[in-house]
Amino acid sequence: MSAFDITEGGTPVDGAAWIAGGTTMVDLMKLGATAPSRLFDLGAQRDALSGISETSDTITLGALTTMADAAKHPAIRGLTAVHTALVQAASPQIREMATLGGNLLQRTRCSYFRDTRQPCNKRVPGSGCPAIGGEDGHHAVLGGSAQCIATYPGDFAVVCVALGAEITIRASDGSERKIPVQDLHRRPGATPHTETALQTGDLITAIHLPKGGAQSYIKIRDRASYAFATASAAVVLHMDGAMVTSARIALGGLATVPWRAATAEHVLKGSMIDQKTAFAAGEAALQDAHPTLTNAHRVELGIRAVAKAILSARGNSV
Amino acid sequence: MTLCINGADYPMPNDPRTTLLDHMREKLNLTGTKKGCDHGQCGACTVLVDGKRVLSCLQLAQTVRGDVTTIEGLSKNDTLHPMQAAFLEHDAYQCGFCTPGQIMSAVACVSEGHAGSDAEIADWMSGNLCRCAAYPQIRAAIASVAQAEAEG
Repeated sequence: MSAFDITEGGTPVDGAAWIAGGTTMVDLMKLGATAPSRLFDLGAQRDALSGISETSDTITLGALTTMADAAKHPAIRGLTAVHTALVQAASPQIREMATLGGNLLQRTRCSYFRDTRQPCNKRVPGSGCPAIGGEDGHHAVLGGSAQCIATYPGDFAVVCVALGAEITIRASDGSERKIPVQDLHRRPGATPHTETALQTGDLITAIHLPKGGAQSYIKIRDRASYAFATASAAVVLHMDGAMVTSARIALGGLATVPWRAATAEHVLKGSMIDQKTAFAAGEAALQDAHPTLTNAHRVELGIRAVAKAILSARGNSV
Repeated sequence: MTLCINGADYPMPNDPRTTLLDHMREKLNLTGTKKGCDHGQCGACTVLVDGKRVLSCLQLAQTVRGDVTTIEGLSKNDTLHPMQAAFLEHDAYQCGFCTPGQIMSAVACVSEGHAGSDAEIADWMSGNLCRCAAYPQIRAAIASVAQAEAEG
């Protein structure tokens, strides 16, 4: 690890970073994939920026709430997709450490990004992308560019996008703004090193989850527990009897960002849910995928994850 | 600033890069906690902070807030913690390298209420890998402690 110092007061400027649970940050610092000059420890703000409150239509979580504490809360247990995404993420130990705000900002698991002996446009802009044409079995089939195909690995953000959740961001001047989680992550395009809409010194302080809707999160992974999504889908349905009046669908594990599948939503809207419409929506969700020989199977897994999540959400409707 | 580990106060490391794991093993002579992958993937370094299980390899020592309990802090004098005794009873290890982390995680698994069935134990112990694959014996040890606690 390169040298840095830790401080509690103030706000990061260029080259410095916040540290919350540290589960991604310390790992990447050991690898040398990131090397902040100074860490601003959010530990002292834990009490102020954690906890869960609710109104009739929204659950608000402090951004420093741990994933474990959030999953335990009765209000979150009522949001099936959120609860599933939280308890199926990482390991119990990591969930005790990791905060919700930090989890939204989890970095890619791309092995080239993590290996500093390799070029990587995300880590060293302009150095190249060996994943393209390389070992791309886990890479994105949606949202990639000629510069980067690194997969966004998280679960919670995918459900946030399906729910239409928002975050509050506090800027270094103390001002606050709210944005949809859907606008937080940026597709790589020509600037894969710019991963989010956050500016230097910005801090996510809260996450706002809308209540309501029949929902489900289906995560397909290589082992039964403690693995990143090979493909995942979050679905939130509003129904009038058996008919879908509105649907929101997001994909995880398949794209460079938490992926809103708007085409699939249009397929479902106004339809009755059965196996046929569920799979039609799944196919629509993946219709723009760019698979390669080694990751084409994940397109099929994505289709099935969407279909299963739709059928499961309908089963969860009341 | 000091670190409270197993009820005793220890000095903080000066270097902010030092993890809780390295500090305990290299400076404090607390070598019960093991270093496996050093990247948060294997669970060998699991300790409790204020009763919650965390990975000491991903925790910078200077950012620790709370009282740390390690495998050295579980037994009372010569009396093993029930989970330690259960691991012996059920032969829940071969080489033993992952065992301190397994036991710390197991103690938390039971106290969290996540030891209600074999499948639940498997899911909530998935952050602790065992290359000897003593998983059935580990789950049996945990189930026996959970059952004994439930019976009071």
